[in-house]
Amino acid sequence: MAKITFDGIEIEVPDGTTILNAARKIGGNIVPPAMCYYTPIKGTGGKCRACLVKVAAGSAKDPRPMPKLVPSCITTVQDGMVVENTTNQSVLDVRKGIVEMLLINHPLDCPVCDQAGECDLQNFAFEHGVATTRYEEERRTFEKIDIGPYIQLHMTRCILCYRCVYTADQLTERRVHGVLGRGDAAEIGTYIDNIIDQDFSGNVIDVCPVGALTDKTWRFKSRVWFTKPVNAHRDCGNPKCSGNVVLWYKGKDVLRVTARKDEYGEVKEWICNECRFEKKETADWTLEGPAHIDSSSVISANHYELPVVNPQVIADLPESSVRDLENNPPLKLGR
Amino acid sequence: MESTTATVKPQFSEAAKAEIARLFEHYPAERRKSALLPILHIAQAEFGGWVSPEVQDLVAETIGILPIEVYEVSSFYTMFNLKPVGQHVLEICRTGPCMLRGSDELTAQLERLTGAKVGETSSDGLFTLKEVECLAACGTAPIVQVREKYYEQLDTPEAVDAMLAELRNLVHRPLLPWEQTGLAHSQQ
Amino acid sequence: MGRKLLTEHINVPGIDTFEVYRKHGGYRSVEKALKTMTPDEVVEEVKKSGLRGRGGAGFPTGMKWSFLAKPEGVPRHLVCNADESEPGTFKDRELMTKLPHLLIEGMITSSYALGANTSYIYIRGELLYVLRILERAIAEAYAKGYLGKNILGSGYDLDLHVHPGGGAYICGEETALLESLEGKRGNPRNKPPFPAVQGLYARPTVVNNVESIAAVVPIVNDGGDEYAKIGIGKSTGTKLISACGHLNKPGIYEIELGVPVEEFIYSDEYCGGIWKGRDLKAVVAGGSSVPILPKELILKTAAGENRLMTYESLSDGGFVTGTMLGSGGFIAMDETTCIVRNTWSFSRFYHHESCGQCSPCREGTGWLEKVLHRLEHGHGHMHDIDLLVSVAKQIEGNTICPLGEAAAWPVAAAVRHFRHEFEWHVTNPKEATRPGAYFSAKAALV
Ligand SMILES: Cc1cc2nc3c(=O)[nH]c(=O)nc-3n(C[C@H](O)[C@H](O)[C@H](O)COP(=O)(O)O)c2cc1C
Ligand code: SF4
Ligand code: SF4
Ligand code: FES
Ligand code: FES
Repeated sequence: MAKITFDGIEIEVPDGTTILNAARKIGGNIVPPAMCYYTPIKGTGGKCRACLVKVAAGSAKDPRPMPKLVPSCITTVQDGMVVENTTNQSVLDVRKGIVEMLLINHPLDCPVCDQAGECDLQNFAFEHGVATTRYEEERRTFEKIDIGPYIQLHMTRCILCYRCVYTADQLTERRVHGVLGRGDAAEIGTYIDNIIDQDFSGNVIDVCPVGALTDKTWRFKSRVWFTKPVNAHRDCGNPKCSGNVVLWYKGKDVLRVTARKDEYGEVKEWICNECRFEKKETADWTLEGPAHIDSSSVISANHYELPVVNPQVIADLPESSVRDLENNPPLKLGR
Repeated sequence: MESTTATVKPQFSEAAKAEIARLFEHYPAERRKSALLPILHIAQAEFGGWVSPEVQDLVAETIGILPIEVYEVSSFYTMFNLKPVGQHVLEICRTGPCMLRGSDELTAQLERLTGAKVGETSSDGLFTLKEVECLAACGTAPIVQVREKYYEQLDTPEAVDAMLAELRNLVHRPLLPWEQTGLAHSQQ
Repeated sequence: MGRKLLTEHINVPGIDTFEVYRKHGGYRSVEKALKTMTPDEVVEEVKKSGLRGRGGAGFPTGMKWSFLAKPEGVPRHLVCNADESEPGTFKDRELMTKLPHLLIEGMITSSYALGANTSYIYIRGELLYVLRILERAIAEAYAKGYLGKNILGSGYDLDLHVHPGGGAYICGEETALLESLEGKRGNPRNKPPFPAVQGLYARPTVVNNVESIAAVVPIVNDGGDEYAKIGIGKSTGTKLISACGHLNKPGIYEIELGVPVEEFIYSDEYCGGIWKGRDLKAVVAGGSSVPILPKELILKTAAGENRLMTYESLSDGGFVTGTMLGSGGFIAMDETTCIVRNTWSFSRFYHHESCGQCSPCREGTGWLEKVLHRLEHGHGHMHDIDLLVSVAKQIEGNTICPLGEAAAWPVAAAVRHFRHEFEWHVTNPKEATRPGAYFSAKAALV
């Protein structure tokens, strides 16, 4: 075990724990944001630099501070380590800079983006960024493309977190998409016309922190905060599929099916493509009750808390309230 | 041996296959992917100066990796031409030290003399102009690389003319790398 | 004349062949090490020599070697960094082309010291013709029993292979190089783990520059103490300087560390002064990544002392008034040089070469280039100048690998020392694009 101090709070965690996961154990507003790290997928992290923190003392044995800010998602704790996140102004300033960098080539189309309300970048920018941009140049743009019958790629929105690449590597039989090119010309793609249709490939949609990979079968596209999430499961024949999902309802219609995520937006149990894309009837599922969406979404904050009533009577559930995004963007996260 | 067409599946020559077999010896058996860059160089030399998707698929198959693993790599490194090119690709260094010694003028001159702009191929199909970054020859700047040859100190019209003349006269197919030298050496 | 430890015989006809190289004392270090020294003794000599890595960072080589992890039963590797792509640097190419056996000899002796049985030379892909020179020389060394099994009857085995890159500056960064050697994109790795613990194929690995490896040969031949006698302070031995730009005699010079910068630029033994009878304006002393210094500060430190070609003297004054020896890529610029244009060119380089993994560098390098392009082409604003400094600062220190700093420093330094020239580009947008316009405008004023 290692005892560390994070923003003045002491916590003991098993050796080998990352600083980020130690902070998540404490929870609340002191948790650093993570745009590329994804606990269940090996090899992720270290790229976006959103989670940089100051190590004010390396360990009890060697209490010197680390010279540079370190990515908390891949840096493991040492006994006696002292970490500063929200208590260190330079960390917050650097983070502002990271938001700015991530946004310079990101379209400002949140009001029409289907990820709005569930977008980690939107949350990240609201929480840590500045309102104006100093970037005067043209943004990089790409055409939307369909990669197979299920998934749409909107590369313009991609922040190159590599999550989907590692996910496809680790969950599917044969990865067909990857990162092509380099520098700011790098893009997610298949290079040749190719389709992503391996089983479990749909999980790339859930891991994508922005609206770059979206579900093409999402019926009657709707803003996410108009929908009602309900936990459900089915006896999926696929041994690797958990069969535990969230059904997103509008009225009586299942608009889409996703895996369940924790409060940090991480999927713990993967689902197969059949469950995700082909089971869009209530009859396919055993309903458990309203899903508690605890992700840090600014837009959705406080809108999912539905009264627990007989879950079978979906249509009777009140719809979440609507907020006018453009005129009245919620500024602070209420986690 | 020239550029490939989409319909015919490309095949490596026997010489190339032997060279590839030699390369595989350099790396642990379970790390054959290490040979990817050298094999891409061989493929590019063998199939007309560029690597088509079909050629890249052949490379993937030869090594036993996924095609996307080849595409990710070929698109990362600037030496691999992903589109057809002219007979000679003139790679003009544009970085600071070369710029100090006239690479801008050299580029303009080559555009004039070949009729192609940077990124294009001349109408006779002889020359493709490509700008590259520092070639580690800054002391003899400005410089152009054509295949494996460095043309240095191209700061006079005569030097540039001489280079183009030499390339124009290179009517025979340039030798493939492993034909130039008997490279195979005993590992034991 | 300074001593030449590496290049003494570089112009001997046929020195690229085993026979001639051997006749001039070649491969003595291999015999000495394998027959009379333990690996640790070799490491000890390198430590004593004070040799600092010649690839740019200047990390003590002996210390790096002693950090190499040695877990039981796990192979270790030595990888030579012959990726040489830092603008202004062209020494390794020359060394390998003309003295391939010197590098091979250094690789054998060093591999022995580290207990590596398979070593690689990673050479930038553009230098395929040099790869062939090396392969031919390696074949000779195998044939003569200096490579392969049981070298010189010592029981030590070594295989040496040359591996080409594919065109990517970033593969000079040691972990990107290892990724590339594994057949992947050249994305640098997050550290830790360091290569000394998990390098090539996750095995303990040492990565050293060509010149560092070559320097091991005279160190083992003559002893580390002898080597350390050359130079000043912690800058021991000789260093290859690639001199380029507006010099009368650009080229590669092996200097004893400690030569005054002024002598290096102006004496006939070295660069022979600035071309066309012009005045010197500025120097980038250690490859494009290090801060540019104006004439006054490159010849003398802020305290008025003679600036010397040593790690310490060049960095005297920190980044406010100093720079770095870096890779020894010495780029001189005459009085007509447009600093804005030159900075833009370097920025374009880093933008082009960023691997794109981490957001500050991927987005920031492009941003810097675009703003500099704007300034250079007469579309800049005054606030762009501070914007450059601010963006550079946002990149610096926050990235996975030092390419972020390499991209930020030259811009920050150019603004620091030549702000007036940037401002001039804003106030004279029409003339700004004409190379040398700033110089003639200034000349007209006096
Ligand atoms: C972006 C970047 C490019 C580099 N390029 C080179 C290079 O071309 N050659 C080299 O020897 N070292 C280069 N280095 C330094 C290497 O990472 C490494 O420090 C060096 O090879 C170690 O060898 P040395 O200790 O012998 O200098 C580069 C570093 C960075 C960050
Ligand atoms: S598509 Fe989404 S998951 Fe994939 S790299 Fe881009 S942002 Fe990350
Ligand atoms: S600093 Fe630049 S080159 Fe280095 S890892 Fe990050 S994006 Fe790649
Ligand atoms: S979450 Fe840590 S670097 Fe991206
Ligand atoms: S800048 Fe052109 S070779 Fe170095």
